[in-house]
Amino acid sequence: MNVESPIREPLILGNKSYHQITEDICKPIEGRANKLWYLVFTVAAICALWGVGLIAYTFGTGIGVWGLNKTVGWAWDITNFVWWVGIGHAGTLISAILLLFRQKWRMAINRSAEAMTIFAVICAAMFPAIHVGRVWVVYWFFPVPNQLGSLWVNFNSPLLWDLFAISTYFSVSLGFWYIGLIPDFATVRDRQIKPIMKKIYSVLSFGWSGNVKTWQRFEEVSLVLAGLSTPLVLSVHTIVSMDFATSIVPGWHTTIFPPYFVAGAIFSGFAMVATLLIIMRKVLNLEEYITINHLESMNKIIVVTGSIVGVAYITELVIAWYSGVQYEHYAFLNRATGPYAWAYWIMMSCNVISPQLFWSRKIRRSLVATFMLSIVVNIGMWFERFVIIVTSTHRDFLPSSWTMFYPTFVDIGIFIGTLGIFFTLFLLFSRAFPVIAIAETKSILKISGDGWKKKTEELYEKVGESEHHH
Amino acid sequence: MGKKTILAVFEDPDETLYGAKHLMSKGVKIREVYSPFPIHGIDKALGVKPTRISTVAFFYGVMGVSLALLMMWYMNVQDWAMNIGGKPSFSLSQNLPAFIPVTFEITVLIAAHLMNFTFLFRSRLFPGFKSMNPDLRATDDKFVMEIVLDDNKVSADELKAMVKETKAIEINDAELKYKD
Repeated sequence: MNVESPIREPLILGNKSYHQITEDICKPIEGRANKLWYLVFTVAAICALWGVGLIAYTFGTGIGVWGLNKTVGWAWDITNFVWWVGIGHAGTLISAILLLFRQKWRMAINRSAEAMTIFAVICAAMFPAIHVGRVWVVYWFFPVPNQLGSLWVNFNSPLLWDLFAISTYFSVSLGFWYIGLIPDFATVRDRQIKPIMKKIYSVLSFGWSGNVKTWQRFEEVSLVLAGLSTPLVLSVHTIVSMDFATSIVPGWHTTIFPPYFVAGAIFSGFAMVATLLIIMRKVLNLEEYITINHLESMNKIIVVTGSIVGVAYITELVIAWYSGVQYEHYAFLNRATGPYAWAYWIMMSCNVISPQLFWSRKIRRSLVATFMLSIVVNIGMWFERFVIIVTSTHRDFLPSSWTMFYPTFVDIGIFIGTLGIFFTLFLLFSRAFPVIAIAETKSILKISGDGWKKKTEELYEKVGESEHHH
Repeated sequence: MGKKTILAVFEDPDETLYGAKHLMSKGVKIREVYSPFPIHGIDKALGVKPTRISTVAFFYGVMGVSLALLMMWYMNVQDWAMNIGGKPSFSLSQNLPAFIPVTFEITVLIAAHLMNFTFLFRSRLFPGFKSMNPDLRATDDKFVMEIVLDDNKVSADELKAMVKETKAIEINDAELKYKD
């Protein structure tokens, strides 16, 4: 039996039994949704439909309905793309990297964080598809023989690397998530009385039995998937950053981009996980599983990655100065003091200054502060991408082409639409899927459960007493 | 229909493991243990061989590397050598640095998915398949040991007497849910 030091805080509160864990996590699936759920779902679904409508309008009319112009060719579309992909990174970090590091606190949050990853990548992947304009020839992205001749796609191009990175990332994350869900679907299946529910969950659970050989393979498969996903998640944002870094645009042509983008991605992703989980634990009564301790651990990651991002911002400025290139000088001077300075300083204050509050244990462990700061960070990270993309392009090498970018209602509407799609999917997930990994949580109950830890503590005290007597 | 079995139901993973070790030491053959989460060490105790799925995944990865390089070599070097910025693609080795990201992605793609499919296929997991689990509580809070009478030379009563020496909370008669 594994024993953990009593100094470590329990990860499962309330002296749970295995059965109680099943009950608590299956309850939202089996019960009825309350009015609040329907209200939020309706709002999210309306936003999603509005976004889909505007995407259809874009297809029908053309990219001209966006605020793009000859100078600023990428704006909200790619900002949103990078922002959503970045958000997805936290889920993979929690499920893969924290698994390799054997961090037990990931058990309570990995399922919903992975769901967030998948939904965020769905939102992200829409943007490259729709910003090509002629979506009916989007298959030109793929390495397929071409009816116009034998010209193939260009494998030297980071934009094509991106296609492979995002599709691999999405499909591997989906597989990882589903494999983990199979035993939990079986748990749901075996407690259903209504035949329809039983049928649905028996199809979803693939006939899982939980025998020795299958569990043995399951654990090995999870470990290998974690090992594959770890470099994968780092590669995805690295490649996304190369979309910019391999160009010659001042402000984009920066070798620091790959690590800086990856840190920023994890930073924004953890913020989104915190936003979602603070609401979810309350609404679904899972406060004993997703504890303040879990949120504090995430806040620690937020302060570390936020500081890395801050260092990267300052390094970028110093290197721009040190390069001695006047265009580089101007790009960064313009960023901080030009017409988009407001966006730059929103980015700086949200991403660099505000997360520093998490050095205080009191703030790290405050739900209200965590919730507010998580939203601040997400706003800041959206502005980071906007600042990088738009301020670098709006004043290019030819001053006569200088311009500003103004979003149209279509730009804004499609962004709101992706938020709607994201929350619609997440709300459906929270009603139909076990939002906490049931099997994994049970496996740490005897080590990190509240009741069990108290027993260990008593054991420690006894050992201490007997030592005194000697 | 199925063969006659004895189900020993436990409440605790460690007690299940000790129970399995105890019975194995007495020469009892245990067909299967069903549990709501993995019991570490039970595979060794029951003499289940280590899984080879990670080795298989490695070879899928090697396959991925080869396929990716072959594809890019054929498309960008052999069939239509693109000339980008006055730097034509003359050979795979010269172009290799630019091909690394896609090679990596395809390697992960193929290794992960083929490993998943192998796992599902070998473990008989497929939408619509029936569970072999003899006791529904084994996906909730019970650990169920399945002992097939035909696997053992001793009588059912003797087996039950031996199971009673463990911390099993219930000993039930059942039948195998699948054809042996």
